[in-house]
Amino acid sequence: MKLTKYLFAAALAGVALSFTSCDNAKKESKGALGGNLAERSFVAPGEHDEFYGFISGGFSGQLSVIGLPSGRIFKVIPVFSVDGEKAYGFNEETKPMLNTSYGFIPWDDSHHPDISQTNGVLDGRWVFINANNTPRIARISLETFETVEIIEIPNSAGNHSSSYVTDNTEYVIAGTRFGVPVPQRDMPINEYKGNFKGALSFLKVDPETGQMDLSFQIMMPGFNYDKAHPGRGKSHGWFFYTTYNTEEAHTLLEVNASQNDKDYIAAINWKKIEEFVANGGGTKMKTKYAHNIYSDETHMATSTMKTEVLTVDPKDVPGAIYFLPTPKSPHGCDVDPSGEYIVGSGKLSANLTVHSFTKMLDAIENEKFAGDAYGIPILNFEDILAGTVVQPGLGPLHTEFDGKGNAYTTFFISSEVVKWKLGTWEVIDRKPTYYSVGHLMIPGGNSQKPFGKYLVAMNKITKDRYLPTGPEVTQSAQLYDITGEKMELLLDFPTVGEPHYAAGIPADLVAPHSKKYFKLEDNKHPYATLSEKDAKVVRDGNTVHIYMTMIRSHFAPDNIEGIQEGDRVYFHVTNLEQDYDVPHGISMIGAQTSELLIMPGQTETFVWEAKNQGVWPFYCTDFCSALHQEMQGYVRVSPKGSDVPLKWSLDDE
Amino acid sequence: MKTTIYSLFVAGVLLIFSACTSSETQEGDTESSNATADNTPLGQASVVDNESDPNILQVAIGSPDHTTLVAAVQAAKIEHILVNAGPLTVFAPTNAAFDKLPEGTVDTLLKPENVGDLATILTRHAAPGSYNIEALKKEARKGRKLYMATGDYFEVTVDGDDVFVNGVKVLASIQTANGIVNVVDEVLLPKSE
Repeated sequence: MKLTKYLFAAALAGVALSFTSCDNAKKESKGALGGNLAERSFVAPGEHDEFYGFISGGFSGQLSVIGLPSGRIFKVIPVFSVDGEKAYGFNEETKPMLNTSYGFIPWDDSHHPDISQTNGVLDGRWVFINANNTPRIARISLETFETVEIIEIPNSAGNHSSSYVTDNTEYVIAGTRFGVPVPQRDMPINEYKGNFKGALSFLKVDPETGQMDLSFQIMMPGFNYDKAHPGRGKSHGWFFYTTYNTEEAHTLLEVNASQNDKDYIAAINWKKIEEFVANGGGTKMKTKYAHNIYSDETHMATSTMKTEVLTVDPKDVPGAIYFLPTPKSPHGCDVDPSGEYIVGSGKLSANLTVHSFTKMLDAIENEKFAGDAYGIPILNFEDILAGTVVQPGLGPLHTEFDGKGNAYTTFFISSEVVKWKLGTWEVIDRKPTYYSVGHLMIPGGNSQKPFGKYLVAMNKITKDRYLPTGPEVTQSAQLYDITGEKMELLLDFPTVGEPHYAAGIPADLVAPHSKKYFKLEDNKHPYATLSEKDAKVVRDGNTVHIYMTMIRSHFAPDNIEGIQEGDRVYFHVTNLEQDYDVPHGISMIGAQTSELLIMPGQTETFVWEAKNQGVWPFYCTDFCSALHQEMQGYVRVSPKGSDVPLKWSLDDE
Repeated sequence: MKTTIYSLFVAGVLLIFSACTSSETQEGDTESSNATADNTPLGQASVVDNESDPNILQVAIGSPDHTTLVAAVQAAKIEHILVNAGPLTVFAPTNAAFDKLPEGTVDTLLKPENVGDLATILTRHAAPGSYNIEALKKEARKGRKLYMATGDYFEVTVDGDDVFVNGVKVLASIQTANGIVNVVDEVLLPKSE
């Protein structure tokens, strides 16, 4: 036996050796075109991925959870759009999550996920993500992988330069893309210039609970605030925002917002403004925005309408805000892990502009200003320029970093990712994407500590890359190995919705904390039923509340009589299971809502209108157990005023 | 009672952990011997889950009175049946119950060539559904027979406070994550016609 073991080990070593030598040989002979690409993104059945990726769904409004390097999709977390699969926005518990000052909104456009950080390093507690259309920021728990908070952003529209976190998640920020009248009022659109405002919002994050609070809004000139990035390390305490349309055009922006040779990156010393606000600065303004919080104890969301926001006029905090001239409608705004370099990607520029934080501070100290815009000092482009990456590609959008002194920028027009070196600004490598890449993501590439192993490029267009599915073609992500001098394309895979942006994190920072089920004893849902003997049906006028339980493989009660036409019937259903991975589902014929998919220990509610007399079935919608198909029941509906008594039973008892 | 179950559980978890460790360290052996050994899947029996309530297999493994049953389940390679979502009711004969069988019976059954017979005997102890003592009493009251996984129908009878399945007294019911373990002190044999 021992001998066998030895032999086996020796054989293994031999195999390993031959693999490495094989690998080397390939690298030598074929350069970057290694022959073992499939192997390097292959995660064998039963094995786990090394990284989690959280890819926003863009116009799907959701956030998908994938594994890297495999690209396998694990879950789509509903955030800003309803999801019938998970009853999000359909059950009574989660409807308040989608409440806004405009009322219930079933959809939005989710853009920029960012993972919480401590000391500039990913801490794996929460993901924040913005809704573009009806401005909101959501927080997703990485224990439950569910949306636990959504806060609306007032005085804002096209909430695009959002939702990035500072080094210690002190703040998550949200910036308006559209200039809008603040407060909103009836006025001519062509009086935009000088009258519209651009609100930059700072949301304080509770370090323990993660709960957000809209601390203050800086009322900037009505430019379009496109992307943002917090200072890191040495520049911690600052926030940087790209702007376009500094022309303040109000129509045909594709022409009229491209007139200025340079727009700005707005540099904001938020610590200074925080101090100003702490000392009583700022003006309270009447407004209206919803703040929605989901509780894991009650399994319910509550929506609170707030009526006031603290606004800060830049003029009142001199020395806190500066404009850094940046060529040609810059889009991406990215700060390297050291905090020294601020990369502005001028969409229409042939070159990439990199500003120096040190030079910026120096210019501020020496008051070397080129002028001002609405009282905000403008620095000299030449004074703050760290360097230029010359003609790296066409249509630069976004940059991330590998923590080894390299930067990677996407080019939409020339469909490629370009690797270049910080400090020397030389281009090291370029690889095509298929096609028209938008954002890219390196796990932690947005923090002080990137995990520079993989890069994910997210494409807007795939054309011929997959089997056709009609006029709507899938969008995709592509995985590159970035451990070597040259990037290597390992894999491309389809995504959910538009893969707008993503955040990635080593799995071992998240997986151990993932919740497996909810403890029944902690269930504080007001309509929870914690044992079968407590199951009951209660009538209150035309409203009937069914307190129901589910366990393999029956409902209690499973037969209900005495419901009358016109009744509004609430099914409050508790899953009594305390075993990992045993959800149950329920739906009822004619229910004008989704199924409920209820996790072990959880309670959820749906409403059913009893419209017609008869005997109407319900059943378990999740294949829960060997006797799943037996998990069913009936509701008997009698005419209004009928003397059939209210009665519920299981096994006729 | 609570402490017993708890210690059963802890013992079970410990056992499972040690099993895991040893299987990891012996990976080389497994791989090299795979060619000859049949590869019956452990299925969900290989899942490591130390948060959920213990399942039927874990409860059995944790019970010092059921070492023969566990050995038999392992020999018959049916662990995975005792860990799936179920729901399942298992009548778990104690070591003493197996000792009541004619001498040599267990040893013979544990031989590799008798795996099929052993599996049938064990499967006769499992009923789909969740039947603790209270539920069994209801079955008796309603005159319903218990359908076993082998296809046998066993009669459920009540005498005073005691409940019997196929004439065998049920000593205790233990709720598990995927069903019920009913402790019995006799092996359930096919109904004599």
